[in-house]
Amino acid sequence: MPSLNYVAPTTVSDAVKILADASGPTRVLSGGTDLLVQLRAGRISPELIVDTKKIPGIMGITGSAAEGFTIGAATTGAELGDHQALKAAYPGVVEAANLIGSKQVQGRASLAGNLCNASPAADSVPAVIAAGGTVTIAGPSGTRTAPAESIVTGPGRTSLAKGEFIVSFHLPAIKGKTSDAYLRFIPRTEMDIAVVGCGVSITVDAGGTITAAKISLGAVAPTQVPVDASCIIGTKLDDAALAKLDAAAQAMCNPIDDKRGTIEFRTKVAGVLARRTAKIAYDRAGAR
Amino acid sequence: MTFIGNKSDLRVVGTRPVRPDGVDKVTGRAVYGADATMPGQIIGKVLRSPHPHARIISIDTSKAEKLPGVKGVITSADIPNIPSEEAFVGEGPMNFRDLSLNCMARDKVLYEGHVVAAVAAINDAVADAALKLIDVKYEVLPHVIDVEEAMAPGAPILHDTLFTAGVTPKPTTPSNVAKQVRFTIGDVEAGFKQADVIVEQTYTTAPVHQAYIEPHACVAAIAADGQVLITASSQGHFMIRAYTAKLLGIDIANIRVTNAEIGGGFGGKTVVYLEPLAVALSKKSGRPVKMTMTREDVFRGTGPTSGGTIWVKVGATKDGKITAAQTVIKLQAGAFPGSPINPALMCAFAMYDLANVDTLGYDVVSNRPKVAAYRAPGAPISSFAAESAIDDLARKLGMDPIELRLKNAAKQGSKTVYGVTHGVIGYEEVLNAAKAHPHWTAPLGKNQGRGLATGFWFNIGGESTGGVFINEDGTASVVTGSPDIGGSRASMAMMAAEVLGIPYEKVRAVIPDTASIGFTHVTGGSRVTYATGMAVTQAAQAVVEDLKKRAAMIWDISPEAVEWKDGEAVPAGANAGGFDPLPLAAIALKAAKTGGPIGSEISVNAQGAGPGFGAHICDVEVDPETGHTTILRYTAVQDVGRAIHPAYVEGQIQGGAVQGIGWALNEEYIYNKKGHMDNAGFLDYRIPVASDLPMIEAVLVEVPNTRHPFGVRGVGEVPIVPPMAAVRNAIRGALDLELFHLPMSPPRVRAAVDAAKAPKAAE
Amino acid sequence: MSKIHVETTINGEPMEFLANPGESLLDALRNTLNLTGTKEGCGSGDCGACTVIIDGRMTCSCLVLAVEAGGHEITTIEGIAQGDTLHPIQQKFLENAALQCGFCTPGFIVATKALLDKNPNPTETEIRFWLAGNLCRCTGYDKIVRAVQDAAAEMRGG
Ligand SMILES: Cc1cc2nc3c(=O)[nH]c(=O)nc-3n(C[C@H](O)[C@H](O)[C@H](O)COP(=O)(O)OP(=O)(O)OC[C@H]3O[C@@H](n4cnc5c(N)ncnc54)[C@H](O)[C@@H]3O)c2cc1C
Ligand code: FES
Ligand code: FES
Repeated sequence: MPSLNYVAPTTVSDAVKILADASGPTRVLSGGTDLLVQLRAGRISPELIVDTKKIPGIMGITGSAAEGFTIGAATTGAELGDHQALKAAYPGVVEAANLIGSKQVQGRASLAGNLCNASPAADSVPAVIAAGGTVTIAGPSGTRTAPAESIVTGPGRTSLAKGEFIVSFHLPAIKGKTSDAYLRFIPRTEMDIAVVGCGVSITVDAGGTITAAKISLGAVAPTQVPVDASCIIGTKLDDAALAKLDAAAQAMCNPIDDKRGTIEFRTKVAGVLARRTAKIAYDRAGAR
Repeated sequence: MTFIGNKSDLRVVGTRPVRPDGVDKVTGRAVYGADATMPGQIIGKVLRSPHPHARIISIDTSKAEKLPGVKGVITSADIPNIPSEEAFVGEGPMNFRDLSLNCMARDKVLYEGHVVAAVAAINDAVADAALKLIDVKYEVLPHVIDVEEAMAPGAPILHDTLFTAGVTPKPTTPSNVAKQVRFTIGDVEAGFKQADVIVEQTYTTAPVHQAYIEPHACVAAIAADGQVLITASSQGHFMIRAYTAKLLGIDIANIRVTNAEIGGGFGGKTVVYLEPLAVALSKKSGRPVKMTMTREDVFRGTGPTSGGTIWVKVGATKDGKITAAQTVIKLQAGAFPGSPINPALMCAFAMYDLANVDTLGYDVVSNRPKVAAYRAPGAPISSFAAESAIDDLARKLGMDPIELRLKNAAKQGSKTVYGVTHGVIGYEEVLNAAKAHPHWTAPLGKNQGRGLATGFWFNIGGESTGGVFINEDGTASVVTGSPDIGGSRASMAMMAAEVLGIPYEKVRAVIPDTASIGFTHVTGGSRVTYATGMAVTQAAQAVVEDLKKRAAMIWDISPEAVEWKDGEAVPAGANAGGFDPLPLAAIALKAAKTGGPIGSEISVNAQGAGPGFGAHICDVEVDPETGHTTILRYTAVQDVGRAIHPAYVEGQIQGGAVQGIGWALNEEYIYNKKGHMDNAGFLDYRIPVASDLPMIEAVLVEVPNTRHPFGVRGVGEVPIVPPMAAVRNAIRGALDLELFHLPMSPPRVRAAVDAAKAPKAAE
Repeated sequence: MSKIHVETTINGEPMEFLANPGESLLDALRNTLNLTGTKEGCGSGDCGACTVIIDGRMTCSCLVLAVEAGGHEITTIEGIAQGDTLHPIQQKFLENAALQCGFCTPGFIVATKALLDKNPNPTETEIRFWLAGNLCRCTGYDKIVRAVQDAAAEMRGG
């Protein structure tokens, strides 16, 4: 029986060293809500688990809407939901994080785990991408920053190199009338994995015309996919713009038929959600 | 049996006291299957087949046996190869050979998850490692999952020894159709000729699991002298005893089973999976063996109920008189025969007083887990189709669905298709209560619809034992052989307290092991409050007679001159003498002097369980763009005979209705092309969660069952029968969509929306 | 690797135990510490029967490694009542017949405690969404939701 080791380093550099030196299969542990399920199902059999939660700063939120927010990689969904300033500035990111699993799961689940588990259906990922989020990565050759959309490369695969792990997320300062939203479709009302997820961030001018927008879809392709937002820029999100957006979203879909939905259904619902999510983000932006 | 009292005379029955086992269950002290231990126990685990259909060429356990910490490995070679033997147990027929083969495959594996070997080891990790060392060589065979495909010519045959029963001449080639069965009354052809309007449609339902939250678990030990002790959570410890004895060839007297608290069963825990293996492993290892299933094991290895294909045809005259009804039902049995095809056929139209009915059914095996009972086995499947068809008929006739049903309602004297004539039943009362309920006429908004459907279940009686013993201080102990799944200890104590005339708080109900009380059939078929309640009531009545005798002895008068009132012996009249009442406690105190301990244990084979009827009203809102259905309001009306503990009766109705809602909207087994179940977990086998639902209003109609001392009818099964059609009829009302297949999941509903739009676009 | 020594606080009591690195907190509670009130319905975070509170946040103990418990405060179902006095939540579950088989009940009671500690006056919708991670197959949730409403009212009143 291969045996399993557990370590909980207390500094970033210790963690990097342990990860870089490890010879066998190794896993970083944040909340464990993916890791433990996979461990028990025998889908992974690491020889070493590196728990990040003893590293100071790995959990917690700093910053403000004016200067942007830094969120520790292992910060739980429950903490995000309790942070009023973050919720006011980035309602879409917080609502996405708070859709992950149950309230119990949210007591542990983190943005880093959601991103690095690299599921196409991860809820927070399209929201963080749409919000223009970046991640700070520590590794053997120091620290680097990367856009959130550069991390996931395929189901279960990330661009992180050996010895690297995510230490924090950064959401930019809110400029002007900008807001975001996230919606997903699931068969029940809770406890399902997204059949389609959609994150939207929109900026409007004083007259309510959209000046910038970023849209990301989840669960419709091997990774999160961007939707070309040019069809709504310069509009007030009227019906014609929404119809174009619906089509643009559907055009980006390359889903699979599985236990959670058919190709046809996923594609149609992606269009529906793109419209509905954009509408919420638009109204929120206008209300700033 | 005398009928006890008008409702107004009852002091305890009809109230809502706290259950005797309640505190243990809210504090975590209650011991469920997986919580039970035996000193020195080790861990047992099973190896399951990865193939849906394969011949076992060889099993090499030598490497596993050599692993340090492994105490025993078993295969079918360690289980007696018993002959085929049919018995009617639980809620349906059972063949012991099939049961044995289902616990441990012998020559062939018949579904993914079929057990092929088991190990006992000092801990989980060693047991897991040992399973990996067992080398099974399979010859993979073509498999078949779907019922229609299993019936088609050229389908892979599961059992070479299975020939369709119920057809003449007797077939000479094996088939996946285990039997064909027909119930007929009148002449449907003639009936359809009289009809002005006919509806005809094919429906399908998906197999669904009982999805009790507690996975199966047991601990078992066999001693050198052959004495077996088992603690398991099940719907019947006598069932565990009987099946374990049968499968392992052990005398029943050598097996003693204690029932742990049971975390839900709904029919699924009326059979054995682990217990015989645990005993066999204990025999090999010389140690007590504990076995627990994972949730995945529960889905892959234990019985769901059948999915099926149901063709229905119903005809009526213009004024709504149904002239004929016909159905053909094909049910999946899983890997071994035994789908609930008979009750499916019997229940489809049992709500109606019909002259011409024809029902034809097929019990079909395929490469899925063997089905087990699930609440009102069979009835929800056929009723989904029948009650959808009745609704469509009402639309075609332009009639209110309740009026159509009232017009054809079964009543006392109505003859059923299976030959029984209904006694005193409450279907009309139920329909009238539904009609009068404010829900039926409440306004609806956009994309919202209302559906109604009704349902029937026989309810069963059968063998039960109950005892009532008076303690020295005048309190009473009640014992029964029925595991308590939903508060039955409370109902038993209440009935005893009512008869004895003492407060409920003075009565404690417990469930002793199989060696400590007479035989009692499983907790299932909605039989406990009826049959076991009858035994307890009779035992309490026998105790009262005895108490009267004791009082007579103390007063030195004739027993006939003593009456029992409000827990006291009183002289029957002025002539009897002027004695002060003798309370039960006072008589108990003198028990030794008046003949010794006071108590009675009664065993009954209760007949005449009154059937139950329900009508459910469901409001939905459907999102036409996503196909998502929201249940807005739900009312379940049911004839319960008499509610002993109304809160637990409501709970049965609410729980059953919600299981039905899950069946209607999202629950299904999803198989991939390899014949593997793709959703063997609660994340993707989607049972309703709290946020999916509104409050479920349970309306209790009480038409007492004349065969029970308190008027009890079974209540646990009826409520799962109507929901699927109620939801379907509501969706139909919301968007005018015709849905014929379960589950009515969002992709299906959205596809139906698109299909409904398509012809319009072409216009 | 050999077992790891864990020092933690459970229901207010300091506790020490040894755990394998891959073992879940649920297994440690049930098998090592004999606290079997916490139940396993799935082992994968889907059913909530194993709900415990760690440092004020509720979570599924099947999704936590036992070795992660070190230095934290854990509340299980066994720590909800004060001696032989039931917590109002437990009392209301009993009075409302909010349990049938009772297997889901410990998880629901712990989750309800976490809810009412945070939000003493939840709406029905808030209760239903908070408890969506706790599966109950017996009750249809109706009586559970009512018990939570009653307990909340009682706790606000007292
Ligand atoms: C019942 C249940 C329901 C769920 N429902 C949802 C849902 O609705 N939506 C959804 O999106 N997800 C869902 N999930 C999945 C899971 O909860 C989320 O993906 C969660 O965000 C994972 O975070 P975590 O901190 O628990 O990750 P962990 O399990 O700790 O880690 C997940 C993966 O990320 C890696 N990792 C963790 N931290 C880092 C880091 N700092 N740097 C690099 N790699 C790292 C780990 O090695 C592992 O491979 C559900 C899970 C469960 C059990
Ligand atoms: S056992 Fe932990 S959530 Fe089910
Ligand atoms: S009471 Fe049985 S699962 Fe909830």
